[in-house]
Amino acid sequence: MATVELRFSALPGHVRTARLVAAAVARRVGVDESVLDEVRLAVGEACSRAVGLHQRSGVEGTIRVALTDLEKRFLIEVEDEAGPILTAERDAGAEPEAGEDDLGLAVITGLVEDVEVDNGAEGGLVKMSWPIANVPVEA
Amino acid sequence: MDLSLSTRTVGDRTVVEVGGEIDVYTAPKLREQLVELVNDGSYHLVVDMEGVDFLDSTGLGVLVGGLKRVRAHEGSLRLVCNQERILKIFRITGLTKVFPIHTSVEEAVSATD
Repeated sequence: MATVELRFSALPGHVRTARLVAAAVARRVGVDESVLDEVRLAVGEACSRAVGLHQRSGVEGTIRVALTDLEKRFLIEVEDEAGPILTAERDAGAEPEAGEDDLGLAVITGLVEDVEVDNGAEGGLVKMSWPIANVPVEA
Repeated sequence: MDLSLSTRTVGDRTVVEVGGEIDVYTAPKLREQLVELVNDGSYHLVVDMEGVDFLDSTGLGVLVGGLKRVRAHEGSLRLVCNQERILKIFRITGLTKVFPIHTSVEEAVSATD
C-alpha cells in the first residue's frame, strides 16, 4: 500500500499540489535534500504529461499519484485514465507546441535514473524511484 | 505561487521579467504575453528568469514557441538565468544550444550575434 496516495481530476491547476505533496513526503521518508528539486520536477512532469494526455484524448478522469516508502527506495507512480498510448495516432495527429510531451519525457529521463513508462489499467503509468539516503528523524 | 510578468523596453529590446512558477497551469499566461509582444512588433526579446522559482517542460515549450515566432521576423529571444536548478533543465533537454543564455539583463540587451 502506498504511504500517501493522491487523486485529482485531470486539470493543470492541480499539478502544483501534486508536486508539493510529493516533495513533502519525499523529505519525510528521508530522500536526500539535494534531490528534492528533482523529485518535485519529475512528479510535475509526469502529472503535466498525464493532464496533457487527458486533454488531447478528451477523456475526463482522475490522475493517481502513489508515493511509497520502500525503506531503501522512494517510489512514485503517476497513473492516468486517458486510455492506451497510441503512438501511431499521436504521430499523425496535431502535436502540441514544440512537442511538449516529448520535452516532458526528456526531462524525466534526464533527471531520474530509475524510470519506467508503461501502460496502466486505464492509461499510462510512469514509475520513478529514488534512493532513501537516511533514516528520518522522528519529530 | 502564481506567475508574475512585467515588460519594459531597453533600446530596441523588450525585457520580459518573469517571476514565480512556470508550469502547465501558468505557462499559457507566458505564451499569451510572448504572442502579444510579437504581434505588437517586438521581435527582440529578453526573458529575465531570475525571479523564476520553478520551470518545467511546458514552460520550455512556450519559450521555444516564442523563439520560433521572433525568428519568423528575424528577431531574437535571449534568456537571463543564473539559477543552477533552472539551467539544468535547459541542459538535459539540449536547449542550451538553442537559446543564448546570459548572466545579466545588461549583458543580454547589449548582446549581438
